[in-house]
Amino acid sequence: MTESVLTPPPHTVPVVFTREMLDWLPWLAPVPEEELTQRQRDGLKDPSRAKSPYFRLLARDPDVLAARTRTDKDIFYNTDGGLPRAERELAAAAASRVNGCIYCASVHARFAVTYSKREADVDRLLAEGVGTALDPRWDALVAAAAALTVTPIAFGPAHVAKLREVGLDDYAIVDLINSAAFFNWANRLMLSLGEPASP
Amino acid sequence: MSDDVIDRLAGIAPGSPLDTVRARRSEARSQAQASYEALFAPVEPGGVAAAERFALAGFVAAVHGQPEIAAHYLDQLADKALADVVREAAADAAERGPYGHFPAGPLSREDAPGPSWHPSEAVAAVLGRRVAAGAVHAHMLVFHPRDSAPAPLQALLDAGWTTTDIVTLSQLVAFLSFQIRVVAGLRVFAAAM
Repeated sequence: MTESVLTPPPHTVPVVFTREMLDWLPWLAPVPEEELTQRQRDGLKDPSRAKSPYFRLLARDPDVLAARTRTDKDIFYNTDGGLPRAERELAAAAASRVNGCIYCASVHARFAVTYSKREADVDRLLAEGVGTALDPRWDALVAAAAALTVTPIAFGPAHVAKLREVGLDDYAIVDLINSAAFFNWANRLMLSLGEPASP
Repeated sequence: MSDDVIDRLAGIAPGSPLDTVRARRSEARSQAQASYEALFAPVEPGGVAAAERFALAGFVAAVHGQPEIAAHYLDQLADKALADVVREAAADAAERGPYGHFPAGPLSREDAPGPSWHPSEAVAAVLGRRVAAGAVHAHMLVFHPRDSAPAPLQALLDAGWTTTDIVTLSQLVAFLSFQIRVVAGLRVFAAAM
């Protein structure tokens, strides 16, 4: 029998980029929490994710989910050198702004503010997009993340030179590449398997 | 040469400067490889055939303008005629992205309309119903992901993809979007080092 998509309940659609906490409503059926197999629970990694419809939907392919989650954690949370946490989150927010993932941008704009305390700059990125001017270092990071996000990929030697000029070392540049690239993975899942809702 | 696919595609040799830098994020590196293996050599094959996975990965790489990465996947296909048709479809499908619509409101001024892609009947006949529908969806995910809606998912269900198959397909296209950007970024960086 052919399955059907889900129709989300009535909700308020966010129509701007925001740092507010948003909900996410799936268009395909997640695995019900009580039906999660051990392998699917292992794929979730963090037991609290069994409450999330997004992660319970991705748990339908548990091995990919587990590896994806571990990739994510090391790129964004490993603080052994490299790019400061705030700026990895800035790259995630910039990629999400370019692709148009309002949900992803909300989460990572919040994290960028938490670690940088630069509320006004993050809000300007959300409101005006990646062409806005913040400061030379953030402009170089945002431009590089945006160039990695467009298709065909526009990231080139001039971006690397600019990143060096604003003080990034080799480790930080690789973190920037990984962070922006990872959100081209995350954005496509969040955008295509469900939709954001304002609480 | 390394067994790590990203390193191989980016031309990073063991002991090279970039190998040392990549080693600082060894978990990200090994888990990106584990993601690749879970998608292309799954322990449990699930509902998506190996040939479907390689054909659609080749399509995604080719529409990104990355022929070497496309070859990495399409060379795995035993059916060379299928590989050729995937390349032909990708050449027809390639656009510049991302484009698409935002929810109606203040962001509508940033709307950038662009085409949805569908294969010709002749191409669709070679791809088969499921891969043809998968390629249509992959095109949207690559070039205009913000146009996503329930209807494209229903089109996949109607073409014989199950809900679980669609999760795998979505992960495959989204993972490729990551892998291709890491490879492209590292190539540029290696050349500049």
